[in-house]
Amino acid sequence: MSSRKLTAGSAHLVGQEAIEAKGYWQTYRLLILRRVVQLSVLGLFLLGPVAGVWLLKGNLTSSQVLETVPLSDPFVYLQTLFAGHPGETTMLIGTAIVAVFYLLVGGRSYCSWVCPINPVTDAAGWLGRRLGIGRKVSISRKLRYWILALTLILPAVTGIVVWELVNPVSLLHRGIIFGMGMGWYLIAAIFLFDLFVLPKGWCGHICPMGAFYSVVGKYSPLKVKASNRDACNDCMDCFAVCPEPQVIKPALKGKDKGIGPVILSPNCTNCGRCIDICSVNVFEFGSRVANQMENQP
Amino acid sequence: MSGREANNRKKEGRNRRQFLTDSARGLCSMGLIGVGLGMYGRQAQSHAPEAIRPPGALPEKEFLSACLRCGLCVEDCPYDTLKLAQLTDPVANGTPYFIARDVPCEMCDDIPCVVACPSGALEKSLDNIDDARMGLAVLIDRETCLNVLGLRCDVCYRVCPLIEEAITLEIERNTRTGVHASFIPTVHSDHCTGCGKCEEACVLEEAAIKVVPTALAKGSLGKHYRLGWEEKEKAGQSLMPDLIKLPTRRPENSK
Repeated sequence: MSSRKLTAGSAHLVGQEAIEAKGYWQTYRLLILRRVVQLSVLGLFLLGPVAGVWLLKGNLTSSQVLETVPLSDPFVYLQTLFAGHPGETTMLIGTAIVAVFYLLVGGRSYCSWVCPINPVTDAAGWLGRRLGIGRKVSISRKLRYWILALTLILPAVTGIVVWELVNPVSLLHRGIIFGMGMGWYLIAAIFLFDLFVLPKGWCGHICPMGAFYSVVGKYSPLKVKASNRDACNDCMDCFAVCPEPQVIKPALKGKDKGIGPVILSPNCTNCGRCIDICSVNVFEFGSRVANQMENQP
Repeated sequence: MSGREANNRKKEGRNRRQFLTDSARGLCSMGLIGVGLGMYGRQAQSHAPEAIRPPGALPEKEFLSACLRCGLCVEDCPYDTLKLAQLTDPVANGTPYFIARDVPCEMCDDIPCVVACPSGALEKSLDNIDDARMGLAVLIDRETCLNVLGLRCDVCYRVCPLIEEAITLEIERNTRTGVHASFIPTVHSDHCTGCGKCEEACVLEEAAIKVVPTALAKGSLGKHYRLGWEEKEKAGQSLMPDLIKLPTRRPENSK
């Protein structure tokens, strides 16, 4: 297999081994499921304005399910709180519901399963891999936490919810429902930035919303687990497709140090791409407590 | 030994320097992004005067800190009056507004936009739409208003939901003809909600009556100003009862 890789050189396609070993469906099923979920979320919001069926009203920053259950984005709420606006009861309830949900399923599940920017940056990542475009600049992955701090400090200082003026996540989701206007340029800019400047640049380095949801999911029980890590054949496909490749290594290669097999990093987006792409089925969804079980004598 | 120590110290120095430059770099880039965002935010506070906020909106600065940009008010507006600002609109991105000349506020009795607002950016305490103050209509151009020119257009007056309260027709002498009257549309700020029906209905190419932000339309008296006739009524008598009577000086043979 390695000889094929050598002769094929850069023509080696990520996922080829998995397709050969498991078939197309098994290699892409979580990705397809993720796209279905992303489209459904958008579709449910669009159903109202387009077809007059109001299952979900509003947009991702705040909405109502069936005109009764409020949902509110905790990150946007936090910004308005720092701007000096404590908010109304319905919004607080909505915020709590969303926060608890992501606390349970993993904060950054928002990023990979709901966020409308995800397909954009995924597309840039896929095209970049296809064209063999590498990184041109190096930015710390911690930058997003600094920007997160900034998005909360600035409202406190200026009294304006500054980030929501430019936040491409809310802008894209709102735009698709209410009209994008020039907003497409911002989305195109993010696509091009991810493609030509820094792969996984926006979601993995800059987006404060992702950073916020990392914090929300710090102790989430639902995690990806490298249960079958002994079978790893070092094909590196999981690293190639992972939006946060740095989170894999400790769990996958940490057996000698007694680390893993659960990916504990809150930056993991629970997208499950590694589960699918692995030809020898190293990864699976599991609970974070599996680590203690594994490392017990 | 001492060589290694020196080496260690050198290494430490390098690490410290590295740490300091890294921190400085981080702080500088954060400062740059922060200043950029802050200035953009400040810029976003001033919006085009023709963009009117929905009824019950908090004062603009507070509104910008409270509004989630969820669009629930827009979706619950039965007349498609409200829309959410797009990136290059002259209003803070994502916030709701309407342009009276295009689609004015129809002043629903149940105020669905206010009911829908989850954040309190539109104040729930507004329960009577007549109390809304979205802006203030102003007869902004007397040179083109047909009524001022002497015709009986009266359209703005007729469409006003608070006819005879928010807009009245005040009779003035038509000095052009000398024999006719002009019926001047006159807005009263204690009743006008700023719904914009008058601006929408104005028959001119460009409306002569427009809704503008209240702060732009209203003057304000100095806090120490007192209106003599009001004070007199309040006191029940002249505030200066013992005003000295001045002698009338007129030519002796004038009477």
